[in-house]
Amino acid sequence: MSPYEQYVALLTLMRKEIRRYTRIWTQTLLPSAITMSLYFLIFGSLIGSRIGDMGGVSYMEFVVPGLIMMAIVTNSYANVVSSFFGSKFNNSIEELLVSPTPNHIILLGFVSGGVSRGMLVAVIVTTVASLFVDLNIHSYWVVVSVVALTSILFSLCGLINAVFANTFDDINIVPAFVLTPLTYLGGVFYSLELLPDFWATVSQANPLVYVVNAFRFGVLGVSDVSVGFAFGMIGVFTMLAYLYAAHLLRTGRRLRT
Amino acid sequence: MPHALEIRGLEKVYANGLQALKGIDLTVESGDFFALLGPNGAGKSTTIGVICSLVNKTAGTVRVDGVDIDEDFPRAKRHLGVVPQEFNFNVFESVEDILIHQAGYYGIPLSTARQRIDIYLAKLGLTDKKRTRARMLSGGMKRRLMIARALMHEPRVLILDEPTAGVDIEMRRSMYDFLREINAAGTTIILTTHYLEEAESLCKNIAIINHGKIITNTSIKNLLRELHRETFILDARECLPAKLEVAGFQLQRVDDFCLEAQIEQGQDLAQLMSHLHEQGVTILSMRNRENRLEQMFVSLLEQAS
Repeated sequence: MSPYEQYVALLTLMRKEIRRYTRIWTQTLLPSAITMSLYFLIFGSLIGSRIGDMGGVSYMEFVVPGLIMMAIVTNSYANVVSSFFGSKFNNSIEELLVSPTPNHIILLGFVSGGVSRGMLVAVIVTTVASLFVDLNIHSYWVVVSVVALTSILFSLCGLINAVFANTFDDINIVPAFVLTPLTYLGGVFYSLELLPDFWATVSQANPLVYVVNAFRFGVLGVSDVSVGFAFGMIGVFTMLAYLYAAHLLRTGRRLRT
Repeated sequence: MPHALEIRGLEKVYANGLQALKGIDLTVESGDFFALLGPNGAGKSTTIGVICSLVNKTAGTVRVDGVDIDEDFPRAKRHLGVVPQEFNFNVFESVEDILIHQAGYYGIPLSTARQRIDIYLAKLGLTDKKRTRARMLSGGMKRRLMIARALMHEPRVLILDEPTAGVDIEMRRSMYDFLREINAAGTTIILTTHYLEEAESLCKNIAIINHGKIITNTSIKNLLRELHRETFILDARECLPAKLEVAGFQLQRVDDFCLEAQIEQGQDLAQLMSHLHEQGVTILSMRNRENRLEQMFVSLLEQAS
């Protein structure tokens, strides 16, 4: 395909993906706003007011970046896993596999759907958060790049999960048993300084730690880990996920017989 | 001009050890209307799957319009349109969206796609369903939608895997006319079907596949020429005489007004009519007991097994 044809194919996939989740916005966009409002209310206002400062800022301010990031992670992931698996389930993925669309465009198309939903949810949740706390962004550059990288990473993870999933139950296993524990243990609600040395070291293997802390630095200017190192780790995880997803599409594992 | 499809030594062994294709050689000329027939599980869909990249081959080469799929699969895919046996579109999308997406995957811009959508929906009698969600379409409409979808990038080779299954007779006939029209315009058509009269009326050449092997590959005319015996049903005007015999012909009385005659290759049908007339039997109508191609198909499969 010529570069222009690839561009058309990518636009087609992006349009399709964005229309899919905006058409069912009450299932894809609204729940995050409601859930995060409850988090802000309970953990931020009610419980947070009794906890006091954490990491040099009020507890409410401390949890907001982590909660926004949690919404981005779950939405990017959920968008790609459900869309790609849905295509597999109704065999419409064959439309793409039979076409000359290159694998990298297929990957980019699905990922762009996840990224756009992640970013849209980020805007919604940030707007909700601003009702509870004054947000003064420390570094817009860090905020935007962490959000973009994180949503790319978890969109890729969603696609990998979808390739291996055989049933709709399978696409819920990873969010329930991997993503949620990693998110809760990734420093959304607490500073790593509170952990014993052993668990603080174990936490270094959790990609969510870097994602949450880099984003917290972008918003508040405070972080438990070096921001440069966090970016490096997110970049490495993203690259690994991309290479593996590209490998799956190239070999046609679970997609071609 | 390159062959529309050229397959050499194609083999497929599935992960469970099943050898679905055992060295298939097949050539389809450009502009042909070709039938690929075979019983269930013979290897038709696996062959189509390899051609369109949904099945990874174990060995062999496949060329589509002269392009080797191992060397440049994307280019080969551009020449190929596929109408699969099973519905494989998102039923929650509208007819128009399904076609726009398909065009987009082939790099066709939206404005061109919209023009083609209007043309193909009109030709396939789906214009009024343009904005209808696919799940609201009848089975026959869904089949026609898949044909329209396969034509969006105007392929040189169109493969139809059981395209008329579940389509009513009237619509089937209009689909035949449409397929003849696009074939006459230069598109090579490869058809798999279980309706053998469909293959006989539409196709010029034929291959029969069984147990992963091609057992015959010839023109339909040649194939039917090999048919040694045909059985005809003859309807008489008056009640047939109690005893009816014609030397050299095997006759069997079905009822008082109906007769079954077996005609060997080379026997003269006019001679039979004349002898019957001499015995006071006037034949009003005559038809094959079964489709001739079907007879040949069954006989070849029996020989092969």
